[in-house]
Amino acid sequence: MTFLPWLPSHDNLGDAIRAAASVPEAGRRLSELVQLSRHDRDVIATGKIDRLAGKCLERLGEEETRGAGLLPFRLAILPTHTVDHLLPSIRVAGLGRKLALDLKVGTYGLHRQILLLGDEEIERFSPQAILLALDAAAIIPQLPIDAGDTEVGEAVRQAVDEHRMLWRNIRERYGAQPIQQLLLPTATRLFGSFDDLVPASPAALIARLNAEVTTAARQDGALLLDLGDQMPERIGPHDRFDPVRWHQGKQLINPPFAPLYGDLVARVAAAVGGTSRKCLVLDLDNTLWGGVIGDDGLEGIRLGQGSAEGEAYTAFQRYVAQLGACGVILAVSSKNDEAIARRAFDEHPEMVLRAADIACFQANWTDKAANIRAIAQQLNIGLDSLVFVDDNPAERAIVRRELPEVAVPELPDDVSFYPARIAAAGYFETASLTREDLARGRSYAANSQRKAVLVSATDLDGFLKGLDMRLVAKPIGSVDRPRTVQLINKSNQFNLTTRRRTEQELQDLLSRPGTIGLSFRLTDRFGDNGLISVILARPDETLAPEELLIDTWLMSCRVLGRGVEAAALGCLIDVAERLGAAALVGEFRPTGRNGLVENHYASLGFQPMDGPPGAEPSARFWRLPLAQVERPKHHIRLEEE
Amino acid sequence: MTDAEIYDALNDIARDVFDNDAIALGPETRAPDVPGWDSQGNIMLIVAVEQHFGVRFRPAEFEALKNVSDFVTLISTKLAG
Repeated sequence: MTFLPWLPSHDNLGDAIRAAASVPEAGRRLSELVQLSRHDRDVIATGKIDRLAGKCLERLGEEETRGAGLLPFRLAILPTHTVDHLLPSIRVAGLGRKLALDLKVGTYGLHRQILLLGDEEIERFSPQAILLALDAAAIIPQLPIDAGDTEVGEAVRQAVDEHRMLWRNIRERYGAQPIQQLLLPTATRLFGSFDDLVPASPAALIARLNAEVTTAARQDGALLLDLGDQMPERIGPHDRFDPVRWHQGKQLINPPFAPLYGDLVARVAAAVGGTSRKCLVLDLDNTLWGGVIGDDGLEGIRLGQGSAEGEAYTAFQRYVAQLGACGVILAVSSKNDEAIARRAFDEHPEMVLRAADIACFQANWTDKAANIRAIAQQLNIGLDSLVFVDDNPAERAIVRRELPEVAVPELPDDVSFYPARIAAAGYFETASLTREDLARGRSYAANSQRKAVLVSATDLDGFLKGLDMRLVAKPIGSVDRPRTVQLINKSNQFNLTTRRRTEQELQDLLSRPGTIGLSFRLTDRFGDNGLISVILARPDETLAPEELLIDTWLMSCRVLGRGVEAAALGCLIDVAERLGAAALVGEFRPTGRNGLVENHYASLGFQPMDGPPGAEPSARFWRLPLAQVERPKHHIRLEEE
Repeated sequence: MTDAEIYDALNDIARDVFDNDAIALGPETRAPDVPGWDSQGNIMLIVAVEQHFGVRFRPAEFEALKNVSDFVTLISTKLAG
């Protein structure tokens, strides 16, 4: 039985783990273990990978960890049930999702004291997120079975109020993102279906508490860990909860299920940390439709009503389109004649996906690895943001070998099960859903149009002028904060310092006196690009009092090469002058992925300077005195709100 | 399955679960003799043994075990039953 069916199984995982253990250098050993974490594995093999990876991470500094493609992330767990046997699975799933997870478990059953009275150890640990792992036995109100709806409603309201108070303390005391584990439906039924109609029956109580906690979480910005029905095919509630393990060791989660539990936790952490995947790259023949369009022709492919198989392909396309509507970027990589492949999108009446839904279309006869690289380049996103879906096991294996950063799910033979499999893999877990997410598909399509105009324009200046761009700068407010946090945690390439922050950390920073927090929104004649850039600048104790450190400067790569940075700097200068600052200090922290902005400050007229005392050795610094500074040139109308 | 075969299988499982190739379980071996064989390690071992032999232990059966010899006898009884 496999709990992680989307991960490829390894021919001999035991030997591979032994081989990885003897790789001499810690960084390389860790990379090897990260690859093994992306294979199907049981709880015991997972434990071995965890022990080895833990030793590597102990030796590597933060910078080297980042260099290995892992984002350090501190997660505290406050449980009412045993979690010790789950920790290796959480950490190893983290590796698979680009996180180096540092876990700290609070004393079993003491979550209230830890959150309401404080706990030195947890405070010192300084978690970025706190998971409240509660179980029904610990928190379900004790009520007689004949308690009426009002009485039950009052008890549930009290329990929900307590949750909210705990979340508030997670934010305010620890500056962390609360994650609430919903209760597992472990209650044994008394009557059967009638339990749902008895307000005080254990089954009804759990369902009601979960529903109301969910509503509260939506209002309060807590995230949820929903163990309910997030199980791959053929895995059921009895695999998850075993009463013997509960009686033996208060294990709410059956040990064999641990790798899946760990993955569900790691996904939410990845969403908070910003390492979820962003783009779905799709094969065409026998993936989006049945048959080979080059051989069978437009009329010959199986898609849509008329056959069960055709319906199944339509259903998969509909699922993909829904992901697109949620902000997942869609791309195509297919061995096909481009004109023929495009005809399906333009002319086939049963196609759900249309050309405008696809941000990047690669149909040709070169190998898929090269095409996928081209897609990442054109969309300006990292290979480790891509998921590649192909029905052909050989193509999947080649892409895994050539591009290990790309996630390539194993797929069932029948397309009917594709949506469930993609969902089970949990690539696109998110911590928020913003206006920008919902409009991303359209925005990428508009970008293709912009590129077409660029090709037809004779000079770049003329092109930029013709775009009729307008940049609106705004102090970061509560409305923009979720999108701002999302950008802070997702942007890798145009990101000068790659300082990740939770919403709470951002709010804390912005409330400090002298801090500037600006968000930038760009519109042009093709549409609204949304919130595309963030600058945070603040006084720093290592600098002179009249100097401002540019703590964070990042931009969406969608608007690269359009002079937005120059316009944004102009705006930052205005705001800084108004605050009485005499100079701006720019910092560049190399991460291996932000080479793009290595010369950012130099190109904007900053002068190199020595790093202040205590600065990271690899960081580089620049300075721009503000007295009579010249604003950089651009073709953008600037508006301040 | 002979007791010797059960010992062999049990040793393989214990080495795997406790990630230690030096483990050599004998009839008199007790949990405290083996690094990692604590209460949580114990449950993991039970789970692995249950999966390997396709048997299920009741908590009472397991709590009555004094040493590895008892464990082998219990497995042998389950397999025969």
